[in-house]
Amino acid sequence: MSAPPADRNAEGNFLGAALRHPAFIAGLVLTLLFVGAALLSYLWTPYDPTRLDIAAKLQTPTSGHWFGTDHFGRDIFSMLMVGARVSIAVAIIAVGIGVSLGVPLGLYAAAHRGSLLDEVVMRGNDLIFAFPSLLLAILITAVFGPGAVNAIIAIGIFNIPVFARLSRGAALSLWTREFVLAARVAGKGRARISVEHILPNLMNLLIVQGTIQFSLAVLAEAALAYVGLGAQPPLPSWGRMLADAQTFISLAPHLALFPGLAIVLTVLGLNLLGDGLRDLHDPRLRRART
Amino acid sequence: MTLYLLRRLLSLSLTLLAASIVVFLVTEIIPGDPAAFMMGINADPAAIAALRSELGLDQPVAFRYLNWIVGMLQGDFGQSYTYRVPVSELVGDRIAVSLPLTLYALALSTLIAFPAGVFAASRRNAPGDIAIMGVTQLGVAVPNFWFAMLLVLLFAITLQWFSAGGFPGWDAGVLVALKSLTLPAIALALPQASILARVMRSSLLDTLDEDFVRTARAKGLSRSQALWGHALRNALIPVLTIVGLQFSFLLAGGIIIENVFYLPGLGRLVFQAISQRDLIVVRSVIILLVFAVVAVTFLVDIAYAIADPRLRRQRR
Repeated sequence: MSAPPADRNAEGNFLGAALRHPAFIAGLVLTLLFVGAALLSYLWTPYDPTRLDIAAKLQTPTSGHWFGTDHFGRDIFSMLMVGARVSIAVAIIAVGIGVSLGVPLGLYAAAHRGSLLDEVVMRGNDLIFAFPSLLLAILITAVFGPGAVNAIIAIGIFNIPVFARLSRGAALSLWTREFVLAARVAGKGRARISVEHILPNLMNLLIVQGTIQFSLAVLAEAALAYVGLGAQPPLPSWGRMLADAQTFISLAPHLALFPGLAIVLTVLGLNLLGDGLRDLHDPRLRRART
Repeated sequence: MTLYLLRRLLSLSLTLLAASIVVFLVTEIIPGDPAAFMMGINADPAAIAALRSELGLDQPVAFRYLNWIVGMLQGDFGQSYTYRVPVSELVGDRIAVSLPLTLYALALSTLIAFPAGVFAASRRNAPGDIAIMGVTQLGVAVPNFWFAMLLVLLFAITLQWFSAGGFPGWDAGVLVALKSLTLPAIALALPQASILARVMRSSLLDTLDEDFVRTARAKGLSRSQALWGHALRNALIPVLTIVGLQFSFLLAGGIIIENVFYLPGLGRLVFQAISQRDLIVVRSVIILLVFAVVAVTFLVDIAYAIADPRLRRQRR
């Protein structure tokens, strides 16, 4: 009962199916666009995003400044490019924390179902879920001080129970499957089965959840930065650009437009990508669509 | 049923107890001494020490924790370090803003999401469904504070229908007060309504595929009769969970929105209290919000058990 033949077929057709899935393509393009902008910002930005030019402040979009300038005359397009870097880096590391701690915890809990540690892991998850996430993130950044690193920790903590619960639940059902029983009969230990047989079968699920958590992390980072608890100046961040824009909203509404659109399109891209991956990996869903 | 509820109650009480220890310890390590903060930078060390002992800050940690818990159980949340008034009074004033805002947003979210979800499900893959799914996909991606700014730009600055922020208080009249909470409530509700509509739609579609709906259709009911009469009720269970979860989400999400609209709610109180090292206020507000989350979870559990007797039997 390991991998049914239908699944193998599906893997073979993955690329073809992906190319015929418009939402997946749109998500991929948007995501690559922002990742590309973030990477490019290390090599080139139209202007130095930290350079102040008071004479050119609050300009609306022109051919010189594609998205205009802010209240210090900084180039908004350049700031958005560097902001993408911050946003994506915070989200990747925060989700990375969640995966690298949550998945082993979940796998261990599933492998030792009913043990004390299983109970501790699950109750710990309940505990973290009882806190409104944003509130604890604010508290954590208040304790350790504002900044990108502490924002990563605050967002990362909430990703641990998400991945722990997901991988425990999925692993529990895999433990009853015949290919796992076969591995046990062959004399493999629980840890080895978890790594060699359970984990590879969780990958699709983890990738899909990963993109969803990634988009939530981008939103959380923006919210923290908006209230002044994210990356600190002079490093530009989308959330803080919006906080600054609020002061000038009646004078220069375009200041609020571009960073907001950047957040929306990034999150939208990641969500579409996640939905697309889920559809493509689940033949049952794909059949239902066609 | 009673046994099931008692077990849930015990498990949630333990969560609450653990949460209180975490909150206490985390606020314990917030850098900065509240007494020194209150006395200012040129304060005499002896005076700071005297204030520390007056506030009970010189007591052992475990003792202060027990004091706090026992006090809270008796309804005494202690005295705010900076405002010099009972925390319960301070929090009470702020809840009068945050709770109505949360309920307002929850009502909006539900009122938008239910019809949208049902409409989309009843027209699976038709243009109406695709349009609603597109809008909700966008709604999930919009940060609520940015949406709030756009609302201010349109309705407060350009059209001048609403004020851009502030809260006149309930004494100014219920309608006036509600009006000032309208833009914040819309900003909070949009992303939540998008999530809820999607859950409603997929839950309804799942139910429509089930055997009992097919039976109902086979017995001659039209598609919409089967939907309204049979599928909808059964599809509501997962939707209820999300509504429950959204309550806590909205209550906490208000923290940011209250800052956008300068509303004197719990969120702004937490921010001010953190910056002023008013630890007792920070602790009390956070544990109150955690309590709200846990209490709502419990209520949803009860609603489940009532709605679906199978759950009761399974878990016993």
